[in-house]
Amino acid sequence: MSEFDQTSIHPIMPPAGGARTSGIEIVRREDFSDVTYLLELAHPMLARAARPGQFVIVMSHANGERIPLTIADFDRDRGTITLVIQAVGKTTRQMQQDCVAGTHLISVTGPMGEPSHIANVGKVVCVGGGLGVAPVYPQARAFKEAGAYVIGVIGFRDRGLVFWDDKFRRVCDEFIVCTNDGSAGIKGLVTDGLRLAIEQHPDIGEVVAIGPPVMMKACAEVTRPRGIKTTVSLNPVMVDGTGMCGGCRVKLHDGMKFACVDGPDFDGHQVDFDDLISRLHRFAQEEKLAVAKWTESCKARLDRGD
Amino acid sequence: MARKTIRTIPQERTPMPVQEPAARVCNFHEVALGYGEDSALLESERCLMCPQPACVAGCPVHIDIPGFIAKIIDRDYRAAYNVISDSNLLAAICGRVCPQEDQCEGVCPVGETLEPVAIGRLERWVGDLAIREGWSNVPWVEPSGFRIGIVGSGPAGIACAADMAKAGCEVVVYEAFHKPGGVLRYGIPDFRLPESVIDAEIDKLVQLGVQIECNTLVGRLFTIEQMIDELGFDAVFIGTGAGTPRFMDIPGEFLNGVLSANELLTRCNLMQAGDFPHHDTPLGLGRRVAVIGSGNTAMDAMRVSLRMGAEKVYCIYRRTIEESPARKEELEHAEEEGVEFHWLTTPVEILDDGQGNVRGMRCIRMELGEPDSSGRRRPVPVAGSDFEFETDTVVYAIGTSANPIIGQTSKIKLNKRSFIETDERMATSLAGVYAGGDIVTGGATVILAMGAGRTAAQSMKDYLGIRDSGSVYQDLRADLDNCLFGIPRQERNFVRITTM
Repeated sequence: MSEFDQTSIHPIMPPAGGARTSGIEIVRREDFSDVTYLLELAHPMLARAARPGQFVIVMSHANGERIPLTIADFDRDRGTITLVIQAVGKTTRQMQQDCVAGTHLISVTGPMGEPSHIANVGKVVCVGGGLGVAPVYPQARAFKEAGAYVIGVIGFRDRGLVFWDDKFRRVCDEFIVCTNDGSAGIKGLVTDGLRLAIEQHPDIGEVVAIGPPVMMKACAEVTRPRGIKTTVSLNPVMVDGTGMCGGCRVKLHDGMKFACVDGPDFDGHQVDFDDLISRLHRFAQEEKLAVAKWTESCKARLDRGD
Repeated sequence: MARKTIRTIPQERTPMPVQEPAARVCNFHEVALGYGEDSALLESERCLMCPQPACVAGCPVHIDIPGFIAKIIDRDYRAAYNVISDSNLLAAICGRVCPQEDQCEGVCPVGETLEPVAIGRLERWVGDLAIREGWSNVPWVEPSGFRIGIVGSGPAGIACAADMAKAGCEVVVYEAFHKPGGVLRYGIPDFRLPESVIDAEIDKLVQLGVQIECNTLVGRLFTIEQMIDELGFDAVFIGTGAGTPRFMDIPGEFLNGVLSANELLTRCNLMQAGDFPHHDTPLGLGRRVAVIGSGNTAMDAMRVSLRMGAEKVYCIYRRTIEESPARKEELEHAEEEGVEFHWLTTPVEILDDGQGNVRGMRCIRMELGEPDSSGRRRPVPVAGSDFEFETDTVVYAIGTSANPIIGQTSKIKLNKRSFIETDERMATSLAGVYAGGDIVTGGATVILAMGAGRTAAQSMKDYLGIRDSGSVYQDLRADLDNCLFGIPRQERNFVRITTM
């Protein structure tokens, strides 16, 4: 159990007016590519409470499923939180279609999980791959605010998918963009960028890696022989996000942990990534069925001309 | 009228109609269909109207049982409902899910010679009638000026909220899920407790003026300390439940196809996985389901699995049916529906099909040795009794431990097992903060949690200096001292404002 620091909690204000029956309003939407989109949500209490590394559980409509999404940014002055979502399954595709500014999500609960341990660790490398680029940003910003020397390493498939490089540049002392085809920054994967950073700085205190499990695994393997502390953020299948279902249990070398309440941050050298990857395929069949059925219904609606 | 005796009352307990097993395993409709008026009247005649009723003492919330049964006999059903709701807002729920055989019915003197009076069935009948007729007992409440925050909308929180609202407090209940009800909603399946009954009972709270805020994770969105210091609550009750499922720490637990009963039930009850893909939440149940454990949660998990289309459902328990903690009725229902019981058996490893899924379990046989701390005979492995058990889903229903969130985010004192430490009056280590239910005691029953919520409410009233009778209909307030701490009662609100 973590040491609880009362002073690190931000003051809150009572919620204005009665119950939030209509849900949480989407105040802004931005599309980064044909699969990646950003939603900014109005939720002042959540914006005040959120800290880097935490996540929310979102339900987009009444018959929807509860999906965990890492908080990519929060703005306490505007009273908003930002989510960056990749359309991969039925729910995230449907949200891509339905969620525009002015509409509401039926349920947004959080912040969940233990916040990341942010401190002035000297030099820190913040690595974000693909969808992990967004959630690693608040960590980079927090490390900078804590006085650390921040090296940002973010990776994309190609130039067209790059987003938030300007935001990273503002909070990073050094910044490396990696693309698979070399169309922006260096040619290679984030692990190449990470290696580059490590070669140039033998005194790195910590590496934070967020992205797909294979990417986090690869980063952990880069740092393991060098003994550099490596923190990863895990995003397994969840239902409640409050420690109640155990669906998000992850295998660490020293036993079982629940990502929702013990994490989502874990020591990357302790995580059994193969197990994590296998468990992420738990509902592969059902997911396929749901996507097929949904695509069909969209097509039918299109044909009817709704 | 001559006093009734054991010889003059109807000898047979009035049976409760139930859905036939073959039909009910194909639907989620209620299994026990409930009494009609005639059955209720007949069963009420079996009550001896004891002058010092043991059943009232046996009820965790002390419902005046002979009192409400007498009203049924008088055919004044509204009055019967008033008597129950004096002590218990949730008659329709408790009539269904209370373990009456260990409580009121367990101590009923009729039960010494015959079957005890079917108190639970009568309570349910009255509760259902109240819902159908739309009876609600919203009292006139003198505002006390106090604000009460309740964490968790399960049985403990609901009971506490109702009592505080009746005491004139402004009550806000916070729930982390998107629907209120806690374990009533996510844990207990529809065929034992229909969702419409939960909705109706929760609606009574709203009518009492209680505000329910869903999607609010207390501890993380704001802390318990902040509720007192910044959100302006004069007292807080924590009823977050035990919740965290236990696993066995045996090889293979991470395979796909292994899940907790909590997860299975939440997916089916709260998220309606039975309606996938119309509802987005899948369950992914195999053809053969082995449930480890034999408590009420295990029974629910097994019976849900059958309704979700499992061909075979096994109950794997390391002791025997004698030690099974499940209610007898639940065991019978599960057996009738086709659950296959494997007593004195425990898994030691879950086997991989080579692709990360469950293909079976390696189990061992057990035998019973000396009694353990719970008084039940301790199961001991039989050497060399290993065997393979084919199944493609393994569900753990072996109990829960404390939910960690409040402990992670507050300075509140926990005990060695991480449950919240309270005194006998439910006060925690933080001033003005009370706790009750499973988060204090560990996994127990709905009615015990409600009892704890009511005890905590009484403590909160004492702490805040609210002097009410605890009853809505008897105006005992007139009998109370006219002064509180030397201040006239009617000026209490004024006093409160000036001290702020």
